[in-house]
Amino acid sequence: MSIVLAIPAFAAATTGTLALGFISRWIDRKVTARLQWRVGPPWYQPLADVIKLLGKETLLPDAARGTGFLLMPVVGFAAVSLGATILWWVTFSPTSGFVGDLVVVWYLLTVPGLTAVLGGSMSGNPLAAVGAAREMKLILAYELPLLLAVLAAIMGAGAAEDVAGGDNTFVGFRLGALKLAETEGVLATIGCVVAFVVALMSTQAKLGLTPFDIAEAECEIATGPFIEYSGAPLALVHMERAMLMAVMPLFLITVFWGGFSFASVGLAVGSVLKYVLVIVVFVLVRNTNPRIRIDHALRFFWFGMTPLALIALVLSMI
Amino acid sequence: MTLKTWALKKSIWLYHANVGACNNCDIEVVDCLTPRHDIERFGMMLVGSPRHADAIVVTGICTRQAKPRLQELYRQAAKPCLVLCIGACACTGGIFRDCYHFDGPVDEAIREVDPEAIIAYVPGCPPKPEAIIAGAVKALQAIPD
Repeated sequence: MSIVLAIPAFAAATTGTLALGFISRWIDRKVTARLQWRVGPPWYQPLADVIKLLGKETLLPDAARGTGFLLMPVVGFAAVSLGATILWWVTFSPTSGFVGDLVVVWYLLTVPGLTAVLGGSMSGNPLAAVGAAREMKLILAYELPLLLAVLAAIMGAGAAEDVAGGDNTFVGFRLGALKLAETEGVLATIGCVVAFVVALMSTQAKLGLTPFDIAEAECEIATGPFIEYSGAPLALVHMERAMLMAVMPLFLITVFWGGFSFASVGLAVGSVLKYVLVIVVFVLVRNTNPRIRIDHALRFFWFGMTPLALIALVLSMI
Repeated sequence: MTLKTWALKKSIWLYHANVGACNNCDIEVVDCLTPRHDIERFGMMLVGSPRHADAIVVTGICTRQAKPRLQELYRQAAKPCLVLCIGACACTGGIFRDCYHFDGPVDEAIREVDPEAIIAYVPGCPPKPEAIIAGAVKALQAIPD
């Protein structure tokens, strides 16, 4: 990836993922509305929300650490944009990744959660501190089964015959190799299907959707870590969350389901359908479950999803 | 109409503040979110923090204890911010006007902080959700371009 191509690629990936994120947020609100027999907002609603927030004043509390408080949304947004760039690059040319790009995308996608924790702690508000503590515990809870599920996918792909590179070498932490592992990704094996389910549940927590929207419980802790944000920083928070909602399904589909492919019309339609299916699964789970307590969430991920992911790992190694 | 005003009119986030109401107006405000009236199709959403709010929906007479708190809430909201006074009590004090705990209606409390605040009055006891929506629309039309 030469430097001349990298900057336009970053700009294009950021704008494209932001647009896709707005569409995903609208699908979320519209399907939620329909499930509740309501009409729901128009298609431009997430965009109007962000433009409105950009036009409001930015208030800085006296008790907040100003620089960090205002910097955290920028860092989160930058991390998601970079992760999106790498993912889209791998989608369009799977052989031009590098060993370990999976790890890079992984840690970039953990940054938004961490910036939420840090921003909440720096805002000087006790409710934000409670929300930040809960988000920290939630991150500890869901990252482990997600990691094990992705390892199961790597193990499953390593057993496939046609790996990018030609010979039957170990797939390693290459997103491009995972994408090309089989025509339908690694979902052909039962171990990887179980791992995909575990990954979907962990992603539900990462995106902050019910039943795991414990950190931003509106009624209980008044939006948690984001309580003191207003104006442009809040717009960045919303954009970062919209982009995460677009990037996480893309990540899951690239690792487990063969990624997006625009080689033919049929494959392109299939990619769009895969993406919409994953989003609709998130929205349906969101609308049919109550919010659970943080200790229930920890128990669910550590003693429910982690053993399941270990079983998936063992199954995919067979 | 500028882009900024268009976006503000299409996406009003409401913060509900009860400063001494009997709860009937609160029920009617929440009724606006139910499928029959559904104000989310206008982009209106309830938010949990006053800093995220574009409109503070005030119900109840402004009791003497709640008055400085309501003024603090208005100061903490990011401007531009509207105020909707829902119900006879918020507009004028209603039937509690001569009581010991009444210290002036909501609009006097807000105007002490900001003389140019945009305040919409929705009378009724309680007002119907249709009346609340009509009041919100009138407040939106009063936003300067």
